[in-house]
Amino acid sequence: YRKMATLSVCQPQLGGFSFENCKRNAVLEAEVTKLGCNVPSARKTGTTICGVVFKDGIVLGADTRATEGMIVADKNCSKIHYISPNIYCCGAGTAADTEMTTQIISSNLELHSLSTSRLPRVATANRMLKQMLFRYQGHIGAALVLGGVDCNGPHLYSIYPHGSTDKLPYVTMGSGSLAAMAVFEDRYKQDMEEEDAKRLVRDAIAAGIFNDLGSGSNIDLCVITKGRVDYLRPHDMANKKGVRTGNYKYKQGTTGVLTKSVIKLDLEVVEETVQTMDTS
Amino acid sequence: MITGLLFCSVPVTGMGQQVGAYGVQDTLRSGFSSVKNELLPSHALELSEKNFQLNQDKMNFSNLRNIQGLHAPLKLQMEYRAARQIQRLPFLQSSHLALDTLKGNDESISFEDILNDPSQSEMVGEPHIMMEYKLGLM
Repeated sequence: YRKMATLSVCQPQLGGFSFENCKRNAVLEAEVTKLGCNVPSARKTGTTICGVVFKDGIVLGADTRATEGMIVADKNCSKIHYISPNIYCCGAGTAADTEMTTQIISSNLELHSLSTSRLPRVATANRMLKQMLFRYQGHIGAALVLGGVDCNGPHLYSIYPHGSTDKLPYVTMGSGSLAAMAVFEDRYKQDMEEEDAKRLVRDAIAAGIFNDLGSGSNIDLCVITKGRVDYLRPHDMANKKGVRTGNYKYKQGTTGVLTKSVIKLDLEVVEETVQTMDTS
Repeated sequence: MITGLLFCSVPVTGMGQQVGAYGVQDTLRSGFSSVKNELLPSHALELSEKNFQLNQDKMNFSNLRNIQGLHAPLKLQMEYRAARQIQRLPFLQSSHLALDTLKGNDESISFEDILNDPSQSEMVGEPHIMMEYKLGLM
C-alpha cells in the first residue's frame, strides 16, 4: 500500500481505483458543509427505463433527460447503450457509472465472443454485470435493464446497483419506475405483437415522463428481434419546445425611403501577400 | 444515493506504516505517522479492493484442488511463479505478457486497464530505492 505522503515510491503503481484522496475529500466536504455551501453532485439520469418481452423479441424503452440536482443537465441524452449486436442495455442512476459499466461489459463480451466464436448470450452479459456490481458493493450506482435475443430466445433482466438481478417478462427501473410499472401491470399480456409491445412501452415511458420530475423530453425505443435491431431515437417527441407565435421584427418597407444616392469608391490594389497556414 | 464517504468504523491491521530498520517507523521514507491513518481505511472498498485479486486466486485454486486434486493448482502456481519472474527492473515498464496470458487478463478489460494507468503515473519511482526494496535490502 503506497500513500501519497510518501517521499519515495517503493513499489510500482497498480492500475484501477485509487483511494488516496478519500480522507482529504472527507475533510474538504466537512469544511464546505460547515460554511453552508454544497459539494457538487454527480450527474444522475433520474430516469424512466423499461423493457418488455413480446412474441418475437424484446422492446426496450427510455426517456432522455439527465439531471444534476434540480437542473436538467441534458435534454436529449441516450440511455439505451449498445452491448453487442443482439443485446442492448438501458441505464439509470449515475450517468457516468452506467456509461462506463456498459462500455466495459460490451468490450468484455466482444472479447469473449471472439474467443468462443459464437454470438454472445444475454445470460453472459447479466452474469458479468452482476459480478462487477457486487464487487464494488453498490458504490457504482448503475441500475440497468438488460435485454436481448440469443440462441435461446428473448431474455430480459433487471440489474440493481448492489448486484442483484431479476429475470422477468417486463421490468422498469429509475425514478419513474412506479409510473411505468403501473402501465405495465394494467396492460401487459403474454406473446404480444410488435406494434402492441411498442405502444405499451411508449405509454409506460410517457407515464414516467409526465408524472416524474426526474424524467422528461423524448421517448427512445429499441426493438430487438432475431437478426434485426431497430434503434428508434427518437421514437416519440413527447415534449417539443414551443414555437413563438408573435414576432417583434418590423416588416420590410415599413419605413418610407425619401432619397437615395450611390457614391462609388475608387480603390486600387496596392500590395498582395500570401501567408501560408501552418496545418501540421 | 450514497453521498459522502462511508467510513469503515472497525479498525484493521494491514494499513500500517512501513517499518524501517530497528523496527521503528521510517519517517524519512514513509512520512509522518498518525494512528488514525494507520488503523482506519479511508474507504469501505479499500481493503476489499486491495485483496481482491488474491482472494479470487485463492478461491479458484482451492476449487481446482477440490475438483482435480493437488497437482492442478501446484502446476498452475509453478507456471505463475515462472512467468512472474519475466520482467524488467522495478522502475521500468514491464509488459507482463506471459503472466497476463496465464491469468486470462489478455481476454478481459476492467478498471485496472482504464483508470490510473501506471505508464501515466505522475510519481516517478526512485530507481535506487526501488531496487533496494525489491532486493530486500531496505
